[in-house]
Parts: sequence; structure tokens; C-alpha cells
Amino acid sequence: MMYIRASIFFLGVLATLFLGWAALTFIPGIQISEIKPPPELKPYTEEQLRGREIYMRNGCLYCHSQQTRPLGFGADQKRNWGRPSVPGDYVYDKPQLLGTMRTGPDLFNIGARQPSEDWHLIHLYNPRATSPGSIMPPYPWLFEEEEEYSEQVFKAQGKRIVPVPVEYRPNGKVIIATDDALDLVAYLLSLNHTYSITEKE
Amino acid sequence: MSPDSDISKVEESPELSSRVTSDESVSAPVLLFFSSSILWLFVGTILGLTTALKFSFPDWLGSIPALTFGRIRPAHLNAVVYGWSSMAIAACYIWLTARLCNTEIHWRRLLYISAILWNIGVLYGIIAILNGGSQGQEWLEFPPAAVSVIAVAAICLSFSILRTFHSRRVTHIYVSLWYILASVVWFPILYVIANLHIYSGVTQAAVNWWYAHNLLTVWATPAGLAAAYYFIPKVIGRPIHSYYLSLLGFWSFALFYNWNGIHHLVGGPLPTWLISVSIVASVLMFIPVITVAINHHLTTVGHFDKLKYSPTLRFVVFGAMSYTAVSFQGSFEAIRSQSEITHFTHYTVGHAHLGLYAFLTMILFGAIYYIMPRLVKWEWPYPVLIKFHFWLVAIGIILYVLSMNVGGVFQGLYMNDASRPFIESVEVTKPYLAARSIGGALILVGQLLFIFLFSLMILRKGAVRLTPPWRDELEAATK
Repeated sequence: MMYIRASIFFLGVLATLFLGWAALTFIPGIQISEIKPPPELKPYTEEQLRGREIYMRNGCLYCHSQQTRPLGFGADQKRNWGRPSVPGDYVYDKPQLLGTMRTGPDLFNIGARQPSEDWHLIHLYNPRATSPGSIMPPYPWLFEEEEEYSEQVFKAQGKRIVPVPVEYRPNGKVIIATDDALDLVAYLLSLNHTYSITEKE
Repeated sequence: MSPDSDISKVEESPELSSRVTSDESVSAPVLLFFSSSILWLFVGTILGLTTALKFSFPDWLGSIPALTFGRIRPAHLNAVVYGWSSMAIAACYIWLTARLCNTEIHWRRLLYISAILWNIGVLYGIIAILNGGSQGQEWLEFPPAAVSVIAVAAICLSFSILRTFHSRRVTHIYVSLWYILASVVWFPILYVIANLHIYSGVTQAAVNWWYAHNLLTVWATPAGLAAAYYFIPKVIGRPIHSYYLSLLGFWSFALFYNWNGIHHLVGGPLPTWLISVSIVASVLMFIPVITVAINHHLTTVGHFDKLKYSPTLRFVVFGAMSYTAVSFQGSFEAIRSQSEITHFTHYTVGHAHLGLYAFLTMILFGAIYYIMPRLVKWEWPYPVLIKFHFWLVAIGIILYVLSMNVGGVFQGLYMNDASRPFIESVEVTKPYLAARSIGGALILVGQLLFIFLFSLMILRKGAVRLTPPWRDELEAATK
């Protein structure tokens, strides 16, 4: 009798977990796997993927979401953050970075909203140089600080000089973007889902 | 029935002597798990407070990649979830199982392996996150190597618990044991499935939140409830109010809680039916929560004066009340009209701390205050420090949760008002974020006292006491 009762208990326990798993992940997984990517959505380039890696590594997702809400639910539409996102928009996102926090603004269409590479580089070097009042951390290790006199040499070498306002950089230094910074900005600029979608996606 | 009577009356009662046997059999592994967990509590709290301060001082430590906000935040979460909470839960499970099965713990060697692997896994995982090796999924940041080690550790723990249960010398299975048995079956399965990362895109987001919320279902909440169901009746000295209510509470909990996770994606790009299902399940959580609350309240009612004397009871009852609070809050958060405001804000962070700190951690503290004297055969020295510990962390966590909840509501209202520039939703939270750091600092100070007391216990140092700290006060009061 004890064995039967214990077996029923453990079966029940397994069943509850299994039911939740099936309903919340397995069945939606099947439904979503049938979705085709919108034709205008391009897979990420290698550079963008490297940038995506840096985005993940430095935990950008803990303050920025990548999902836009529909009209009547929050102010995303009124803020012109782009049409509501759909599952098809994320087909190439491995892993997903939808995010659940908006300490900073949503980035689903940041490439369209802020297309300037310079702006992004300055902002990453010191967020307060472009956005007063921001509490975003700076990412100085994505940049190199070099002596100013060699500016011409950098240009000749094809190094990317970041036009950081003089009051935000150390005296007499010029700020150079590393490849990591350029990759990250390439990824941010690729976040542009302003194409229109059909019902099925 | 008074909790301190075990040792002095052993020779008179076979039941008490079997308790001593149980306690002695688990002593070493439980101490190993508790000591490790408390080290992680310290590491995790330092990381947490640093994270909190960075909201007010964003440039502080800003040039060191390993200490950037986006790395120490997940390092904090993983240290307190998989280090502190999980290892303290493991210790409680081992101790409670031996007691409730009225036997010695079996397969003890597996428990040593489990504790060692658990520490290695968490240490490796935290270093990986700080080094930029995160998997990028919330609550699942640890790289595969760390995950594999922790999974083996969890499976070792489960086998030892289940093996002990198999050799139980009781016919009645007490409600705490239901929660423990379910938990040790659920946790390794959930942990492994979620870490396979077989999905991408929005399905992966569903798996992510199915997991993150279910970690509370299968691990944090059963542990807190198992301990509350054990310690409240134990310390008060009367049986749990209703057996049938606890039965209803357990099964409705198992059934509904599993379906909650997707409420973390309300308004997001997932099938509407999926989100609706999770919202409904979240609201149905009122059933198990109210059931447990009634049961615990009716057990305690008329004995609230004992909170004054028993540190265990004080911590556990604070935790049990927080469980009701956090569950009600969670159900409301899932409803669309509230989610529209509080989702994407610091409100959620406040909610998470109400659950993992005000509920789980407080109950774990209470459990440690009860279990430790029975393992090291030494009474807590300096009871006044226990009081300071309680009030510092209690006031700290209340300040933390209130500031995050109120600040989060303002943040959400400002964010949803398109006439305000987005930066206003940041500006409005600044005083609340500062208040949160003060709460966090109080918590840190309280915990330092606790760590000091715990170290004295391990070393059997400090004032020599022959009776539990609350005994003198209780006797003085009743005279």
C-alpha cells in the first residue's frame, strides 16, 4: 500500500512538471517553428554577430529590451519605437535577447532611430557625452586613448577616430574605436525592423 | 515539545534518541553545505550592493570590464541563487529528510561529492560571467561546463534524499517531506532541460521564463514551505492546523505554479493564447497561497508572543508572511493592466527580492538558527546580535522592496506617457535607487553579524550557554 501511494505521488509530481513544459514550451515551439522569416529580414553578418556577442558578454540585455509593444499597451507606438514585434522578427536570434527590463530605452529599432555610427561610439565611450542624466555605464575598454599629435597617422592607418567632445576625454588624448566597438555598433545599427509584415509572420 | 529538550532528555525517550541519531548522521554534510552557502551569501551580497550603487554612480569601477554593471548583476544573481540559496536549501533538505524519515541519512558520500561539485560549479560559473562568458539567458548565464558540474551535484543530492526516503521508519509522510521529495525530483530535470538551449528566437524566450519562474516552483518555494511547515509547529509545540488544507495547498501549487512563467513576456511577441494561459495560472496561484497562509496563521494564532523569544520562529514567520505577500504581488503583476505599467521596470526587481530574500532567505536564516545548535552541540552565543541581525535585514529588505516597488511604478507611468522624454523615466527613479542601496547596506551589515555568529558556532567559541538564548527571557517573562 505504501509503495502504491508513493508511486502515485511521484507520478503526479512528474506529470505536473511535464504538463507545464509541454504547454509553455513544447507546443508553442511547434507552432512557432512553422513561422518563416519576413523576406526583408536579413541574417546577421559576421561582423554583426561578433557585435552581438559583445552585447551579450557585457550584459546590455539587463537594461535594454528588444521587443515593441502593440498600440494600447504602453507607449511604444506613440514613441515611434516601431510596429509591434512578431515571432518572425527573431528567427535569426540565436540566442534570443528579448530582454525584460527598460532601465534604458528599447533597442528593437535603434538602427533606424539613431543611424549615426559616431553617436553610438561616443555614447558607448561615455553615455553622458550624448545623453545627459543617463545612468548607463561607460565602456572605455572598447576604445584606445592615444596622444593627439598622431591624429594624422591614425587617419593614414585607417584607424577610426571617435569625435568625443573635448570635455569628455582625457587632456590631449584622441579616442580610437577598437574592432570590438565597431562590431558592437554594427550590430546596433542592424537592429532595424521597420519593414512591414504580413499576417503569417 | 519544547525545541531544546532533545539533548537533555535523550535517555528517557526512544523518539528523542532517534532524532539525535538522525542529526549526528547528517552533521558533517549539512555543515559543509551551510558553511559554503554562507560564503556565497557574502560574495553575492557584496556583488549585489556594488550593482545597486552603480545605478547612482555609473562611472564607478567603470573602466574594469569584469566589474561592469552588465557582468556583476548576473554574477550577483547566480551567486545568491545557485550559491547561497541552493546550498542552504540542500542542507535543509538533508537535515529535514533525516528527521522526517526518522532514520540516518543514506549515501552520505554522495552528499560530500555534491557539496564539493556545487562549489566548483558556482565558482567556475561566476568567474566565467565576470570574464564575459555568459550564455546571455537570464538565470541561465552559466557556461555548459559549470552547468554540467552543478547538475551532477544536484543529482547526487536527489539520490541521497530519495534513498533515505526509501528506508524511512515512519508510516505517515509529513507535508514538509512532500515538498522536499517533489523538489528533488523536479529540480535536476528542470535544470538540465532548460540548459540544453535547443531553441532560438521567441521559443527560447518562452523556455527562458518557463525556467526562471519554475526555479521558484521546484526549488525556492518548496524549500521555504517545507521549512515553514516544519519549524512553525515545532517551535510553537502544536500540530499543523489542517492536514487537508496542506494537501490541497500542495497539489494546487504543483499544478498551477508550473504554468506561470510566460507572464514575464506579457505584451511581447509570443502567441496570445500562451501568455493568457500563464496569466490565468498566475491568478489561480491565489488558491495554494491562501491555503498555506490560512494553515500557517491558524497554527500560529494565539502564540505570536513566542516570536519575541524564538529567533527561529521570528525569521520563519517573517518569511511565511512574505510568501503570502510576494505571491499576491506576483498574481497581480501578471494581470495585463498592471503588467503594462510595472513590467520592464524596477518593480520586478523588488518583487524578486521579496521572494528570494524576504521569503526564502529569512526562512533559511530561521532554519539555520534552529539546526546549528543540534549539529555542533553548542548554543548561539550573544543572543543580542541575533536580534540585531533580524532587525537590520528585516528593515533593510522592507526598505529595498518598497523603494523598488514605488520607484518602479513611477518609472512605468513615466515610460508609458509619450509626452515625457524617456530620460524622465530614468530621472524619476534616482532617489528610489539610492534608497534601495541603503536597504542593501543594512542587509549587508546584518549579515556580517550573522556570519560572525555562524563562525563562532563552527569554532564553538564565544559565551558559553547551556540553554537556548531565548530560554532565560521566556522564563523571566513568565515569572
